Amino acid sequence: MIKVTYIEFDGTERTVEVEAGVSLMEAAVTNLVPGIDGDCGGMCACATCHVHVEPEWVDKLQPMADLEDAMLNLTEGRDATSRLACQLEAAPELDGIRLRTPLGQH
Amino acid sequence: MTESVLILGAGQAGAQAVQSLRQQGFSGNLTLIGGEPLLPYQRPPLSKAFLAGTLARERLLIKPEAFYRNAAVDCILNNPAVSLDTTERRVTLADNRHLYFDHLLLTTGGRPRPLPCPGADHPRLHYLRSVADVERLREHFLPQARLIIIGAGYIGLEVAAIAAKLGLNVRVLEAAPRVLSRVTGAEVSAFFTRVHTRAGVEIHCDTGVTAIEGAPDAPRVHTAAGDVMEADLVLAGIGLLPNIELAQSAGVACDNGILVDELGQTAAPAILAAGDCSNHPNAIYGRRLRLESVHNAIEQAKTAAATIAGKPQPYNQVPWFWSDQYDVKLQTAGLVQGHDRTVVRGDPASDSFAVFYLQANRLLAVDAINRPAEFIAARKLIPTGAHPRPETLADESITPQDFA
Repeated sequence: MIKVTYIEFDGTERTVEVEAGVSLMEAAVTNLVPGIDGDCGGMCACATCHVHVEPEWVDKLQPMADLEDAMLNLTEGRDATSRLACQLEAAPELDGIRLRTPLGQH
Repeated sequence: MTESVLILGAGQAGAQAVQSLRQQGFSGNLTLIGGEPLLPYQRPPLSKAFLAGTLARERLLIKPEAFYRNAAVDCILNNPAVSLDTTERRVTLADNRHLYFDHLLLTTGGRPRPLPCPGADHPRLHYLRSVADVERLREHFLPQARLIIIGAGYIGLEVAAIAAKLGLNVRVLEAAPRVLSRVTGAEVSAFFTRVHTRAGVEIHCDTGVTAIEGAPDAPRVHTAAGDVMEADLVLAGIGLLPNIELAQSAGVACDNGILVDELGQTAAPAILAAGDCSNHPNAIYGRRLRLESVHNAIEQAKTAAATIAGKPQPYNQVPWFWSDQYDVKLQTAGLVQGHDRTVVRGDPASDSFAVFYLQANRLLAVDAINRPAEFIAARKLIPTGAHPRPETLADESITPQDFA
């Protein structure tokens, strides 16, 4: 289990425990975190789980695949910290990671 | 008085409607009714990871149970509706319970089209639509088993891919001259035939089935050409029938689905419909469509919820679909019907290419095989009525973002 903190656009924080191997989208949906819908069920096909990863965690993530990169091009407000939470798997090195959900998804 | 919304059908559209109604501020009574014993779950993995055994049943749920509790939704499962009275605004469930509504949303989905030949009741003939279907199928889904798949659509081919990986002997029988003929063009059909053949799957096109017979554990499939094929199990994936009977018998207008307008409203007051069961006017294609897709179920449910909440937003979406087979990810944006020209970008032999479908130079659709950027670019271009130059689409030195 690792700890993951989701931060809403208004600053509300929620920290949840996530089992290794589970995606950070699925963990958000299971824990009713607002702003992460995961419409497509984690197929990297809908971009409704766009998150901004706090800068100090960006380099610890798995690199982005072409599909995720293309999907992010569809989303508003993409920046250097943007990822799709369905493509981020909980792993020990991510214990304590902090993610912000964009205003547009609320 | 508190308003009541009944959502009939606990699938993708039903779950989305719950979420969207609450997000839109609907604070009345909300009841979700399902015929299956499970809370709404994702169907796409049924023919993929769930069949393969790599995704547990618990992880199929679209939302956890707590979501429905927090949203104050009364979930009535395993209890399908049996009748609808549009005057009394009343639904009767299988257990004879009566429920009254101010708004009714029909998200009744569909069921597999039954095989229209003798022997369709053979105990080893399977369909694939529900968790229960897959759990039953998996009992005999074992290495070396001889599997005959009737119908080379998405379901048939996705099952063929999983079966081949698990070591079953797979034959696919398709009545049409090519695989996926209802949803794609000749180039992509040829590509998938090659991918499956490479994996050891036998594909037989122009092969209609006339009967299934044989002992309960040894089905034999008879083809129109007079061949008899022995199998251990048979799967029919020959399309979906929309569940419209409840609406139809209540006098709600239907024609290949429950007819709705661009706000999700049926011809009957206070009754709306969304998802696979519904048939909507699509402004982008200028005709009515009944779509079978997750995206359409979600977006139509959002549209219907907004209408009920008094914040109407006309539906205006480019349909899109995906399919995973082996290491191939197919993403389709738009609908190919009516195209008069195709443009291939990349080399189909490389397992990474895209096919664009044009009608009088207007972009109708794209099939993107392991090519997400082309898929995304087309999704943006199609609703604008764009006329991209064929030479541009085919030119790999031009990035998809610069197609317009």
